[in-house]
Amino acid sequence: MSKIVEIRNLRVEATTDSGRRIEIIKGIDIEIAKGEIVALIGESGSGKTTIALTLMGHTRPGCRISDGSILVDGKDMAKLSERERSAVRGTEVAYVPQSAAAAFNPSQTIMDQVIEVTRIHGLMTPEKARERAVELFRALSLPSPETIGTRYPHQVSGGQLQRLAAAMALIGDPKLVIFDEPTTALDVTTQIDVLRAFKSVMKAGGISGVYVSHDLAVVAQIADRIVVLKGGEVQEKGTTDAILSAPKHAYTRELLAAFEPKETQFAEQPIEKPRPLLEIENVIGGYGPIQPNGLPFIQAVRSVSLSVQKGRNLGIIGESGCGKSTLARCIAGILPANAGNIVFDGKELDHAARRRTRDQLREMQIVFQYADTALNPAKPIDDILGRPLSFYHGLSGKARSARVEELLDMVQLPKSLRYRHPSELSGGQKQRINFARALAANPKLIICDEITSALDTVVAAAIIELLKELQRELDLSYIFISHDLSVVEAICDEIVVMYRGEKVEHLTREDVKAPTHPYSKLLFSSVPKLDPTWLDNLVLEPELVRQYGGA
Amino acid sequence: MNAEIPTMIGKRLILSVITLLIVSFAVFFATNMLPGDTAAILLGQAATPEAVEGLRHAMHLDEPAVLRFLRWLGGVFTGDLGTSYANNMSIATLIGSRFVNTMELAGITTLVAVPLALTLGITAAVMRGSVYDRIVTVLTIGVISVPEFVVASTAVLIFAVYLKWLPAISFVNEVHSLSDLLRMYAMPVVTLTFVVSAQIIRMTRAAVIETLSTPYVEMALLKGASRSRIVLRHALPNSLGPIVNALALSLSYLIGGVIIIETIFNYPGIAKLMVDAVATRDLPLIQTCALIFCLGYLILITIADIIAILSNPRLR
Repeated sequence: MSKIVEIRNLRVEATTDSGRRIEIIKGIDIEIAKGEIVALIGESGSGKTTIALTLMGHTRPGCRISDGSILVDGKDMAKLSERERSAVRGTEVAYVPQSAAAAFNPSQTIMDQVIEVTRIHGLMTPEKARERAVELFRALSLPSPETIGTRYPHQVSGGQLQRLAAAMALIGDPKLVIFDEPTTALDVTTQIDVLRAFKSVMKAGGISGVYVSHDLAVVAQIADRIVVLKGGEVQEKGTTDAILSAPKHAYTRELLAAFEPKETQFAEQPIEKPRPLLEIENVIGGYGPIQPNGLPFIQAVRSVSLSVQKGRNLGIIGESGCGKSTLARCIAGILPANAGNIVFDGKELDHAARRRTRDQLREMQIVFQYADTALNPAKPIDDILGRPLSFYHGLSGKARSARVEELLDMVQLPKSLRYRHPSELSGGQKQRINFARALAANPKLIICDEITSALDTVVAAAIIELLKELQRELDLSYIFISHDLSVVEAICDEIVVMYRGEKVEHLTREDVKAPTHPYSKLLFSSVPKLDPTWLDNLVLEPELVRQYGGA
Repeated sequence: MNAEIPTMIGKRLILSVITLLIVSFAVFFATNMLPGDTAAILLGQAATPEAVEGLRHAMHLDEPAVLRFLRWLGGVFTGDLGTSYANNMSIATLIGSRFVNTMELAGITTLVAVPLALTLGITAAVMRGSVYDRIVTVLTIGVISVPEFVVASTAVLIFAVYLKWLPAISFVNEVHSLSDLLRMYAMPVVTLTFVVSAQIIRMTRAAVIETLSTPYVEMALLKGASRSRIVLRHALPNSLGPIVNALALSLSYLIGGVIIIETIFNYPGIAKLMVDAVATRDLPLIQTCALIFCLGYLILITIADIIAILSNPRLR
């Protein structure tokens, strides 16, 4: 089979803000045969997107290709002039971006952007291009393919935009399509549709592809071969089956291990029912003006009741927009609930956080998803961790300093980190600081809102391990909110499934494998498995998908 | 078209009217706090206490301020701007030709400054980090830092005093040919262009740089779009809001902020008229001038806001 891509000894240099040059891609070789889909897999910073973009002769600002050749269909993308590269982009190599929502120009209609490639390169008349686009919309199983193009990007859902981005890439009949984490921003139920659509279109056209992802299970469904990257170097490459069944490199094994169900010892169910630590009853919360009946215009949480036992963990799972984060904000009082009762440690809590006592505030802490935005970038870690110590415990001077070191120790970070600023830490380290700040209050309950979602698989697994360890030591309870079932399963004793603001099912550990509510069934069966045949063999009840499916 | 748009624009307009009322109130009372008694100044040598008292009564100056304010406001709304204290001419006549002069100067400056500033701002953003970009940035900062009277005085010194190419002051009534017109407007327009374009350049550059770093611009690049297409079709339409606002802010300066320029070049515009009115305690004239400046500012800002609302596809 002839090769469509031959990357030889590719090196890419980046210039840091301080003007230092560092090599981020350190001499890699990759080949792709015609009609083959190759996955580039690795954590963030492994260089997978950088490599994929060099296939179009593009590097992000501050980077440059310093050595090597990138032959795409016989042309060396590194040596082409800017004009020659432009001619290749969109016609021979096309790109499907990570976040289609951001990659569509908000001020143009979708159709204009989808057929822009044909306009730029003069491939066909606009009428013909529109016909072709509608054909593609249909092939990608988009709803109302005839008219969806007349809308603006903000008027269609994320899953649809991602498929529209694929149509935008395919309109110029490219020989190679680069998919840059195209399903990472999507819910699992939506992801299935998008993956299926991609797979069938690529197969039908015999198009070669590069699929960039950090998710091994997703890659297993679509790729013929896998290249595992770390730190700008190829760790291992092989067919999908070989990588999944017989990984050779340690890093590949680590990636795979993150998927294995953890054998965790959960506390034995106590015989007598202890008093619950947190009990909420018929909580209603939302946004918008308050209606005459005292409820908000948009109810994001509709009458949810649940309880958390002392020393045990409750998982809340659901897709984006199901109200799980709003529920967390209601419990914490950041967004005062409009109705219902919140009983914490035997005492009724006020709905609004500012009317709760300092001790009540101290005992319930919340940790947010994005450590980047939750940590003040202008303060050193010392101040970030010290503030709650002074606020809740009145610590200062040596005592406070000693406690900061203790906290850093608890989250397994070196003491020297205390003088650094958040921007000098890695994503995983920042999330640990974020968590240590909650620990500083000596809480009884910590609400974790998607705290591992922005992290790489291996880093996230380490954070989960840390949470479990701290729970054993400090007698904590967690409410763990996530859209990722495997994460919730790894740490929670009980799982609540939410859909459109309502709690649809409450599962204990025993029946987590056999949910009864149709939505839980769909959600649980949509989580990709490492098995490469999973997607092809997956049969979802059409009735279910119609009722609860994505988009 | 979204049904919300007329409501939003309606709200915006009501807000402008309220602002105008507040400003007229503030202007009226501020001018009333000016030191000196109008009647006494007008009478000059003949200011016997009786005469002053009589004149004050005739001019309604002895009435409470609120009453005078309402009287004046009512007049403004019915088109009667009142009469000048200083020479008993109607304010409308006094302002009429001066207003045309100011608008002429503002119009010509706009025609020169806006295309120039937008081009410089956009090209600097596109060639960010290049020598060209640095030169533009340094020059705009330089121009912002130098007060306009320095620019104007230097221009007069060089072009009128040493080189004798241009007249030092503007005589609007002596314009007979195109070259006269050019000679008269050259220095005021160039000086004003300096002042207003600097901000426009900076804001345009910042706004375009921001949109140029968005994923959809990278996407356009990866579709093979040319640089001009990327800028004109993808970056500019999405940075229109901030650019139009910067334009409005800078251009509003051409109506009210040109006092120094008009004074230095002795240009007969309304800003100069207002300065003269302050010297003679001509309260109705000051008030009307201030109101005109405020109105011009409000009109420009409101237009900018409406354009920003209309250019947002989420509202369209």
